[in-house]
Amino acid sequence: MTGDLLPLLVAVPLLGGGVSLILSRYRMAQRVLGVLVLTAQLGLAIAALRSVFDGSTITARLGGWTPDVGIVLVADPLAGLLLVVAALMLLAVFVYALGSELTDDTAPFFHPVYLTLAAGVSLSFLAGDLFNLFVAFEIMLVSSYVLITLGGARRQVRHGMSYVVISLLASGLFITAVALLYGATGTVNMALLAGELDQLDPTVRQALGLMLLVVFGIKAAIFPLFQWLPDSYPTAPSPVTAVFAGLLTKVGVYAIMRTQTLLFPTGGTASTVLLVLAGLTMVVGVLGAIAQDDVKRILSFHIVSQIGYMLLGVGLFSLAGLAGAVLYIVHHIIVKTTLFLVGGIIEQTNGTGQLRKLGGLLHSAPGMAVLFLLPALSLAGIPPFSGFVAKLSLVQAGLAIEQWTIVGVSLAVSLLTLFSMTKIWNGVFWGTPDEPSPVAAAEGPDRLPASPAMVGATTVLVVASLGVSLAAGPLFDVSERAATVLLDRAPYIDAVVGP
Amino acid sequence: MNLVIALTIGVLYTAGVWLLLQRSLSRIVIGLAVIGHGANLLLLAAGGPGGAPPVAGADPAVTADPLPQALALTAIVITFGVSAFLLSMAYRNWIYRADDEVEDDVEDRRIMEARRAIERDQARTQELSEDDDLGQGVGR
Repeated sequence: MTGDLLPLLVAVPLLGGGVSLILSRYRMAQRVLGVLVLTAQLGLAIAALRSVFDGSTITARLGGWTPDVGIVLVADPLAGLLLVVAALMLLAVFVYALGSELTDDTAPFFHPVYLTLAAGVSLSFLAGDLFNLFVAFEIMLVSSYVLITLGGARRQVRHGMSYVVISLLASGLFITAVALLYGATGTVNMALLAGELDQLDPTVRQALGLMLLVVFGIKAAIFPLFQWLPDSYPTAPSPVTAVFAGLLTKVGVYAIMRTQTLLFPTGGTASTVLLVLAGLTMVVGVLGAIAQDDVKRILSFHIVSQIGYMLLGVGLFSLAGLAGAVLYIVHHIIVKTTLFLVGGIIEQTNGTGQLRKLGGLLHSAPGMAVLFLLPALSLAGIPPFSGFVAKLSLVQAGLAIEQWTIVGVSLAVSLLTLFSMTKIWNGVFWGTPDEPSPVAAAEGPDRLPASPAMVGATTVLVVASLGVSLAAGPLFDVSERAATVLLDRAPYIDAVVGP
Repeated sequence: MNLVIALTIGVLYTAGVWLLLQRSLSRIVIGLAVIGHGANLLLLAAGGPGGAPPVAGADPAVTADPLPQALALTAIVITFGVSAFLLSMAYRNWIYRADDEVEDDVEDRRIMEARRAIERDQARTQELSEDDDLGQGVGR
């Protein structure tokens, strides 16, 4: 695939979303269209990854404008890898959503908005300038505002509101940061900014870097800026929560990774700010998870805790650290989505996600127990699952440059993660319910069997997460190539600025 | 940068943040819009002093910088769309609750209730022990 085809990764889902809206009265056509579009996106993403697999970078200049004034789409190994994982996950969750109750009444709106979200995610990975990154974030976030309030129940409006307001404030800060950067350097293109920022007064440079970190920190839910996440995520319909949990915060982490390495490199030393934030994010997230009593809320707090690990890799600023962070993102997107999908099935088949009302599912639904156990052990980092590989590479990277404290913290948090996963396991799959569930007796409409599409999609993702641990070697090689490009900067800048 | 524009940007941000910190939802919505205006103005100001219209064929030395104008235009469109969505959500919220105030956080409320229960318990034990003291006094 040459660079000229990169815009298709954004155009195809965006166009698909438009057509899907026109087709909103024909439910079957809408479903087929959605699957086709997302499959096409997966194919395009794989083609893009193939051409950057060896560590090269491909670009597309939209409308033939030069990078200093025009829009440039850039795919390097990091973007290629994330595009493939994101596309795979979007497709799997879409199939799950087709089988879930969600798509009955709200389908006419769910499909177009979901495809627009896919376009926004692709564009964020490909954006070569900060303003385009802002636009990509907005496409993604506006779709997410609609998805999180889909159905418009009272509780959703109340929790969705805080999500929307926080995201909008972050967007306002983002525009402010872009304006200040433009005022200081005269460009918004990231490759050009890299050169310009090096010549700025270090104080101004640091202030700009901190501002971007706050903006992306809100999106990625890092330590002091995460409170919106566990509050709003669990209220959305399960497939929506799964896609948010897997993707949205990771796009924020990707933006931190890209801007910190390209625009504000530390020159080989570890960044203390990022490491401290990483440690606090891990600890606070996992402690929050331990205090919760609802499957989705526990998992939501875990997202926060896991973001800390990715930040740890970025903060180490070494080749091994960044490679570990890339591998961790790939692992996390798949595993977290799977866990939320399983949580959704549990909620749908039992009418509740509260641990004290659940129990004994190991006997009534053994298949579900397996689907939960594999990704849960992986999340906690038990060998030989993908989480172990990812955590091991991060720990090794930390030990290599003698950051003992943060390595110790990450290992302790790992144990606590295992503890809270055991809590879900004990509460849901073992024993008997502490309180009889109100719907369990009534067999009301809240209690629906899981459809084959839901179980099928979840199984595919569980297999994919096992695939990550089997293919850990080659995957780590790609991650390392991605990290090399990130640290070297020159290949990226040359590909964008060069003739 | 023109001092008047700099002051205007400052006032817009200040007013926006103040409105954002209010409890009423409609004020929060307006606050976000005002911050958006401040950011757009900042974008324009970042482009340097004004000049001749930047149309094709004009001398670049005397024209205004067109790029921030394009960026600001895009940002305005996005802010407009999102404000419309936010207003409709605020309206839905008002239909549900006939009230414009932002509710307390559920967790916060739970903690408050727990604290109140503890205080009530303490008050009761204190009363009981005072009763005991009284009873003993009478018995003696």
